[in-house]
Amino acid sequence: MTIIEQLITSFIASAAFVMIFNGPKRTLFHCGLVGMIGWILYFLLEANGVDMVLATVIASFSIAIASQYFAKKYKTPVIIYSVAGIIPLVPGGISYNAMRNFVQNDYNLAINLAAKAFMISGSIAIGLVFSEVINQIIRKSKLKTIVNKTK
Amino acid sequence: MEIETQETYDIMAVCLLAGKIMLQSGAETYRVEDTMMRIAASFGAYQSHPYVTPTGILFSVEGSEPTKTKLIRIVERTTDLEKVAQVNGISRKISAGEFTIEEAYKELKRISETGSPYSLWIHVLAAAISSGCFLIMFQGTWGDFIPAFITGGLGFLSLLYFHQLVPIKFFSEFSASLLIGLQALFFVSTGIGDELDKIIIGSVMPLVPGLLITNAVRDLMAGHLISGLAKGADAFLTAFAIGAGIAVIFSLT
Repeated sequence: MTIIEQLITSFIASAAFVMIFNGPKRTLFHCGLVGMIGWILYFLLEANGVDMVLATVIASFSIAIASQYFAKKYKTPVIIYSVAGIIPLVPGGISYNAMRNFVQNDYNLAINLAAKAFMISGSIAIGLVFSEVINQIIRKSKLKTIVNKTK
Repeated sequence: MEIETQETYDIMAVCLLAGKIMLQSGAETYRVEDTMMRIAASFGAYQSHPYVTPTGILFSVEGSEPTKTKLIRIVERTTDLEKVAQVNGISRKISAGEFTIEEAYKELKRISETGSPYSLWIHVLAAAISSGCFLIMFQGTWGDFIPAFITGGLGFLSLLYFHQLVPIKFFSEFSASLLIGLQALFFVSTGIGDELDKIIIGSVMPLVPGLLITNAVRDLMAGHLISGLAKGADAFLTAFAIGAGIAVIFSLT
């Protein structure tokens, strides 16, 4: 039940977010799909006791792969899809709690949480970069096979 | 291919317009540079050097004549992914040889003048719905859905309104998040809402600089250090403004 709830809300939230950013109408469905894939992966991994940072890396990696697939297929800039996917992973809750503790003068806990938020942002970036690297490798190997065939 | 002086300037005008639209709509720096170079090359200017930063574009074209360079300044930046996709499509068509310089310029001009594909109210509605959904995603209860829906929608509306009033991003973001906090506080104190934290987190999500963060990372990794750092600073300022607005609410409770 929770999983169905999460699937539906993450789909709608990601698609609505792309609407805020004026995304093209024909991409909305795929954007929602990318957001859903990323979020449900993160959610399930986290619920099963995987570390938050690792869960974020895996989720953002799969988001980037899905975005690149859709971008290639529909010939649209990849950023439209990856933004939709990344938004739910942004550590809003942790940054919020960090801010709250800063204001309430509990600096130890605040710095703790802020560092965690920073780590998670970093892991989103790492996931994106990894998939970019893999994308480049695939493109190069495809080029090679094409070159070999024409020889 | 020999290209005439006037033609070089026309090519530059097309490239700069394409670059300007893309940059103002929130495309990554490397995509802007790539598009400009592709357009220039498909019109016969094979040696071109775009230098793109979030606040301006320098573009120079080499040819048989002396090198020509132009600079345009980018002041206003918004997010409009539809335009990025459209310019991308035009650049593909130009590469395929479907457009002359004049046609391409007209088409780009048309894109730069069209407004957003969604009306203001659809934007607000989208912000409201996403706020409600984020609340559920962050383990909120369904009872808080309506408060988050209203808070998020009104918060986003106030962001747009304040931005029109005073075009300083920090101010509008600060005021919007302050208003979100006040509304959440109101809902919780009247007993309509239950968890203050969850409502605020959900409602603040439409203000989060997600596009800027992804762009900053992509730019940094692609080697556009200046653009990456500038966008990162922009994202940090936005996050700080949101945090400061919410912090005021904490000091009230």
